[in-house]
Amino acid sequence: MKSTLSVTAVIFTIGVVTLPMVWGDSDFSWREIEEYKHRSTDVAAIANPVYEEECGSCHIAYPPGLLPARSWTKVMAGLNDHFGDNAELDGATYQSVSHFLLNNSADKSDYRRSVKFSSSIKSDDAPVRISDTPYFRHKHDEISDRMVSANPQVKSFSQCNACHAKAEQGSFNEHDIRIPGYGQWDD
Amino acid sequence: MKILALTTALLISLSSAVTEADSETIHNLLQDYATHGAISPDEKQGEQLWQKTFNYDGEFPERSCASCHTKDLTASGKHVKTNKVIKPMAPSSNSERFTDSIKIEKWFKRNCLWTIARECTAQEKANFLVYLNKTVKF
Repeated sequence: MKSTLSVTAVIFTIGVVTLPMVWGDSDFSWREIEEYKHRSTDVAAIANPVYEEECGSCHIAYPPGLLPARSWTKVMAGLNDHFGDNAELDGATYQSVSHFLLNNSADKSDYRRSVKFSSSIKSDDAPVRISDTPYFRHKHDEISDRMVSANPQVKSFSQCNACHAKAEQGSFNEHDIRIPGYGQWDD
Repeated sequence: MKILALTTALLISLSSAVTEADSETIHNLLQDYATHGAISPDEKQGEQLWQKTFNYDGEFPERSCASCHTKDLTASGKHVKTNKVIKPMAPSSNSERFTDSIKIEKWFKRNCLWTIARECTAQEKANFLVYLNKTVKF
């Protein structure tokens, strides 16, 4: 009985001493918890002023983690006819944007949603529209035309930010979805 | 009193420096266009081409500068396809306008191709510049 008591006391003491060490560890910060949460639900946010300026003038700057590298290569090869617009870039800017897209593409990211986008696409396929990827289609299969193409405030699926308020920050969380004219979206 | 005079002088010199920098971009571009034959830029012709509509088959059959920039140059525009807001064209409403020649050339190329299906000539670009730079808010 006495030995059980002393063993318990020892375990308790170890606990009291080590607990603050674990919680006090500077590697374990709230910022990292937030980062982990973001990583485990979304795609990486954009932190590239050249990309944001060059690719965010006509449409939102799409987070590169929404398409695989082979898709971005195709997009960059066709800038002279970019969905009907000329979007050619000068040499240095072209290199800078390509570099950013290819290094941060969905297939090179460990963010949960990037992995989902990437793994939904067949390896011999390279869609140039995010809205043509199987993962995108699956996630939007309940969204009707009148909410998007017939909705003057949305017009097209290409306008992620019309409904996903934090799209440019890489967050497509359900709680942040608000369809203009329809309100909060509840899946 | 002396301080007030000094401050006023400083403010005047600062504001004129900004205006000079702005017009310097346009001045340099106009000089460049002149070497390509656009010796006398015409504001009226700039306005006419800006307002002209071009017809196409398929998506966006009627195209003009106003398709995205609207007819009011002092107001914000909207990209006809993506709905993205475009800041006003008139420098009186948007002080960033016409301060970067690389940017001006980039958009001339892209937008002339979309609207009139070819790049604009030096004369047309010079006309646009003098027309757009003179638009004021009423």
